[in-house]
Amino acid sequence: MNDLNMEQLTGQYFDVLKELGNIGAGNATTALASLMGSKVDMSVPQVRLLEFSDVGEIVGGDEKVMVGIYLQVEGDVEGSMMFIMDKGAAAHVVNKLMAGMLVIDEANAEEYEFGEMECSAVKEVGNIITGAYLNALSGITGLKIFPSVPQIGIDMAGALLSVPAVEFGIFGDNILLIQTKFSDDVELDGYFILIPDMTSYEKILTSLGVI
Amino acid sequence: MSEIIKVGMADWKTCKGEDGVITVGLGSCVGIAIRDPRTGIGGLAHIMLPDSKEIQNNSNRPKFADTGIEDMVNELTRMGASRFRLVAKIAGGAQMFAGVGKKDTIRVGERNVAASKKKLAEMRIPLLAQDTGDTYGRTVIFYPKSGDFHIRSIGKPEKII
Repeated sequence: MNDLNMEQLTGQYFDVLKELGNIGAGNATTALASLMGSKVDMSVPQVRLLEFSDVGEIVGGDEKVMVGIYLQVEGDVEGSMMFIMDKGAAAHVVNKLMAGMLVIDEANAEEYEFGEMECSAVKEVGNIITGAYLNALSGITGLKIFPSVPQIGIDMAGALLSVPAVEFGIFGDNILLIQTKFSDDVELDGYFILIPDMTSYEKILTSLGVI
Repeated sequence: MSEIIKVGMADWKTCKGEDGVITVGLGSCVGIAIRDPRTGIGGLAHIMLPDSKEIQNNSNRPKFADTGIEDMVNELTRMGASRFRLVAKIAGGAQMFAGVGKKDTIRVGERNVAASKKKLAEMRIPLLAQDTGDTYGRTVIFYPKSGDFHIRSIGKPEKII
């Protein structure tokens, strides 16, 4: 069991990780719906294993401005997690959440500079989404998972994604990305990246009785 | 026609003449631009981690500052650059998310910069300029012929170092 490596994970156990991603994202969608007070649909999440250099392209280009929520995970599972969405999607969620108190011009969200209030709203959304995701994971595996306070970053996709990429880079040459499309009246693209360390992967798989 | 060659994460590319090399969206990674001013031969490396010796899984040499710089310099000299004329500029090494946890990986930007400088010093390649640290991403384009190293960030004017 000690020789679990990235190759095995992505070959043998890929379907398990995919299913975990599915359940996590499903839970996150429900949380998002109750937060926004509207019905939110979710497409079947796509789980992809990507080369570092392709990650930016998948989310719409390395230079695309996106909003990233990043937090550390502690407890039985150690590692970190990132939720990333494009700026337009973030603006839409903030508008919904603030129910008209703040109105960001969604069509020009790329240029719009998020203030403290907006950032804090996005952070809260990120907190709830990632919390729901991790709760689902904790529920299935019975493992304790404690998320840290999330941090927000608004920058080029490539720069934001370099953070999880570096963490994956320590044990492999690929990154595991879970893409979810949310939609209420508009379609929102969101991406989850969960990066447990190798021991935590083992714990997750063991708790599920897979290994 | 001059061409701009794209360098991905954990990769390096070389060029000469009017051509340039670009890497998009450097976060905590570091872009190391090296050239021989006389021949105009140069290259850009996009490294992710500081030290190949710290990690077991280290077969992907361009991923690390030490092995990435070494391999690119070897290729530059093979192309006809003089090892003794080489000069460098670096950019990147930001801390994209300040204040999350205390793990080493968070400060990896800083460590990437330090490791890149260390490797350049070891190889006796002078570092002419740098634009590193802070909390924002950078896109960099390097033209080995002129030595211009362009740096673009969101909401900031383009810089040339």
